[in-house]
Amino acid sequence: MTTQAEPKSRLNRTYSWTAGLLGIVVTAVIFIVPFIFIFLTASKTRVEAASLEFSWPTEWAFVENLVEVIQARDYVLVTAFINSTILTVASVTLMVVFSAMVGYVLQRRSSRWNGLINFLVLAGLIVPPAVVPTIWVMQRLGLFKTMHGLVFIMVAFGMAFCVLMFRTFVATIPRELDEAAIMDGAGPIRLFFQVIFPLLRSVIVTVIVVQAVFVFNDFQAPLYFFPGSGNETVQVTLYNFQGQYSTAWNLLFMDILLITVPMLVMYIFFNRQIVAGMTSGAVKG
Amino acid sequence: MTDTMARGRAATPTTPEPEQPRHRRRTKSPYPMWFYAPAGIIYGVLFIVPTFASFYFALTRWTIFESEFIGLDNFRTFFSEPFLFESLINTLIFAVITSGAKVVLGLLIAVFLTSQIVARGWLRSVVFFPVLISAVGIGATFAVLLDPFEGLVNRTLAAVGVEGPGWLTDPNLALFSVALVDVWRGVGLAVLIYIAGIVAIPQEYFEAAKVDGASAFKRFWHVTLPLMRPATTTVIILSLIGGLRSFDLIWTMTGGGPGFSSDVLASVVYKQYQAGFYGLSTAGNVVLFVLVALIVVPLFWFLNRKEVDR
Repeated sequence: MTTQAEPKSRLNRTYSWTAGLLGIVVTAVIFIVPFIFIFLTASKTRVEAASLEFSWPTEWAFVENLVEVIQARDYVLVTAFINSTILTVASVTLMVVFSAMVGYVLQRRSSRWNGLINFLVLAGLIVPPAVVPTIWVMQRLGLFKTMHGLVFIMVAFGMAFCVLMFRTFVATIPRELDEAAIMDGAGPIRLFFQVIFPLLRSVIVTVIVVQAVFVFNDFQAPLYFFPGSGNETVQVTLYNFQGQYSTAWNLLFMDILLITVPMLVMYIFFNRQIVAGMTSGAVKG
Repeated sequence: MTDTMARGRAATPTTPEPEQPRHRRRTKSPYPMWFYAPAGIIYGVLFIVPTFASFYFALTRWTIFESEFIGLDNFRTFFSEPFLFESLINTLIFAVITSGAKVVLGLLIAVFLTSQIVARGWLRSVVFFPVLISAVGIGATFAVLLDPFEGLVNRTLAAVGVEGPGWLTDPNLALFSVALVDVWRGVGLAVLIYIAGIVAIPQEYFEAAKVDGASAFKRFWHVTLPLMRPATTTVIILSLIGGLRSFDLIWTMTGGGPGFSSDVLASVVYKQYQAGFYGLSTAGNVVLFVLVALIVVPLFWFLNRKEVDR
């Protein structure tokens, strides 16, 4: 940042290197070691993992552990991954479409409802969901313990954030574009889905990535609203394993590793969008 | 309630006459109100209705099928049973500690990571990464790492001659250990928000301060810090909301134990739900709702007002 400090450049370089290296060492100890520990323990045999030492495995059992974890309890992990994938894809899709519609109309059209809707959006960010009454409503509607019920729950809980993102972004799209499309005879549906929606691409990617992380990692909603065997999501499976595998640390950590990997891949590919989405709150403030 | 909005009449008929007669004639605006309907129905049925229902059911003895009105008994129970009341205190302690630590550490790390150092991008990625890992995975990992005898942390401490405490087994310490892990996990988000703020400060401010002979510390104290108020507002509010509702990490690391020493409102809600005391569980939910509203709303108002005043 300070580019003009020519005479002090040597001092700056010394600082740059010492501070940088110090930073690397400190973050390595605090942030990287736990991940290496997960990986190493996941690669050990059951006996060796039991010592919980931070050491190189004398005998690599990575593949054996992987197979054993996947086969555990009638392939529950496979079911869980399928469930989590369906849940994430379905709820993020609905969230994006529905909240883009809300954000768009909310920004474009001023009516007497705007105040109330803005209030409800803020409330959605702040208010903790009431658990048992939600279950009661879901039971009345036949949504309790069903996948589509859980999808709707995720949509309801994640929507406020998405609406805010879309409303902010729609404001940057010139109204002249809408007018031109209307002149050309586009109705409201075509105007939105064929003209506006494609222009939202960058914010849609951000919303998808951020919400996918939240939905995939969520533990509380599946725990409450989607109980029962066959209904596990990956986070719930991990929680069950935690109780069960207190003697087989290699399998527990293999499970943790498997559940962490999708997010790691996500982060490598969508680094920029994730950062943009997560900091958007700060910019708005 | 929101689905009634769909039927709200168009207030601003700005559209030129619709050229397509087969398109619904009634809709005057190109921005139809029914666009609110799908989101409004889901949000209304699964979020607003339960929230209002909770105020009633908190006053009942409730098996999901029938409810008996018992007035404020649930709340009386809640505030008279020490183990329930303690959860309220714990929730406050947890939220205040974690958001305070995230503000201080987040700002310091962000200043460090915006200075001229090597491997800046890599360091930023590393600090942020834990934000994306599930709380359950982190909880399970740290429950092992913080084991009093075999855990990596206490072993390392023992190697340098310090006897580590029972992080998660000491009732006086368990809540703070979980808070520490929560900070470990969440500080990356605070850092990211602060970095975005620091990068947005015009470089001229620092140069002007430098010309006036301000030291690096003075530049931080008098330039960076005051300009970081909006970012601080965001970090405080986000981490308070997260901290007050926190459940996943506490539940996977201690389960509220040992005893009830690390129980928070969210874990009490779950325990009472599991035990079948639905009315009491909902009362816990209402207490949490009131707590969040009492803390976050005035804070939001206060911090935003300050900003406008300047």
